[in-house]
Amino acid sequence: MTEESKLLIKEKEIVVPGEELAKGMDFLPSAGSYRSEDAIVSEVLGIAKVDGKVIKVVPLTGKYMPKRNDVIIVQVSDVTYSSWSLDTFSPYSAMMSMKDATAEYLERGADLTKIYNIGDYIVAKVTNVTSQKLVDITVKGPGLRKLRKGRIIHVNSNKVPRIIGKQGSMVNIIKEHTGAQVAVGQNGVVWIYSENPEMENLSEKAIRKIEDEAHTSGLTEKMQVWLAEQVGGKK
Amino acid sequence: MSYSKRNDGRGFDELRPIEAKAGVIKSADGSAMFKIGKTVAYAVVRGPRDLYPKFLKDPTKGILRVNYQMMPFSGVGERIKPGPNRRAKEISMVTEHALSNIIILEKFPNSVVDVYIDIPQADAGTRCAGISAAAIALADAGIPMKEMVSAVAVGRVGDKLVVDLDYSEESFEGGASDMPVAVTSRTKKISLLQMDGELEASQLKELLEKARKACAQINEIQKSALKEKYNVEEVEENDSE
Repeated sequence: MTEESKLLIKEKEIVVPGEELAKGMDFLPSAGSYRSEDAIVSEVLGIAKVDGKVIKVVPLTGKYMPKRNDVIIVQVSDVTYSSWSLDTFSPYSAMMSMKDATAEYLERGADLTKIYNIGDYIVAKVTNVTSQKLVDITVKGPGLRKLRKGRIIHVNSNKVPRIIGKQGSMVNIIKEHTGAQVAVGQNGVVWIYSENPEMENLSEKAIRKIEDEAHTSGLTEKMQVWLAEQVGGKK
Repeated sequence: MSYSKRNDGRGFDELRPIEAKAGVIKSADGSAMFKIGKTVAYAVVRGPRDLYPKFLKDPTKGILRVNYQMMPFSGVGERIKPGPNRRAKEISMVTEHALSNIIILEKFPNSVVDVYIDIPQADAGTRCAGISAAAIALADAGIPMKEMVSAVAVGRVGDKLVVDLDYSEESFEGGASDMPVAVTSRTKKISLLQMDGELEASQLKELLEKARKACAQINEIQKSALKEKYNVEEVEENDSE
């Protein structure tokens, strides 16, 4: 590293747009930052993370933006002659064609509402996002399906990684303790279902709690204790 | 007519006391309050979101819409008639121009970001307070921006050059001219420059220098308002470790 290159922020520091993160050509801008002459500058409000030479800013707020390979929960907003129009709870709506929706053979002019009707929620995967933000979605893949029964809640999409946890640890804790089925979409839409309404309520409460305390560390252990207490109290 | 001492006892280069807060309106995607002296501005950001009517959509970049208005009770005299008027439309437009230079609109094509600026209490410098509030609100909404922007009015009161005029100075009997200036936080570029009254070329240059300095001060306050909102999280994280 040359003498002139200098990091101007600390790891995990909160930065605002326009704040200089580093000087010198030895650093590289990643998501949430850009290069301006010899400086690396933040372009969002977020937490700066330095990984070797690469600097990125993880946003603290903002709307969900569809990204390729994200698993999200969408709602059918319209059904056309050969496709479905879906609300992704982001600034952009998505389209799903017949071949992405189902494996079964559909005759010409078949009634598509019999497969997915308006208002249905679907766990789906983003297959492609164009530069003009046209979003393609598929239901073909493991775990992708139409959601029946249960409830839908909306959470801050920036906190979804915390709700899911490392390798799904957090969501699994909720599932284990409450016995409820939970599906978390990257877009901040969460589906919960349990035969026992109390457990469904408890799962929702747990998710809200994680959302509120997303910034605290050791949350997984804390939730484990909290859920055990709550479930114990209900029995 | 000479103006030897400022009406409220400030120094000639001194700003009025400033208070800024991010996230004051919970239902919005981003919001901020910016108070400078008796002037108060609230800014609310909604979006990026789907844009209707559809023909307004731009496939190459997002659209920014700004709506500025003064509340009926915000003045000191008569009730201000609500709704768009010539002045509000002009200020909405210049604010839109001042902000669209710093927002990276290419990141959200075919959509719109709406900024609503409301002035509940006015004592001159409302467009500047509005811009400063809007910049905080935009950052709070997570809109990608190249940098922040801060604004302040500078001007001449009588024979003196002053920073951050209040209403009594704007209407000074011995003649006054005021000049709202918006300066970006990093590159120090001017994104808004208007003038009401008369100035000499040398005065203009001097005032721009003063405005740059004042905007740098305001920017620090904007920054700390944002960090304050999100820093709570950081502190708690350290405590629990």
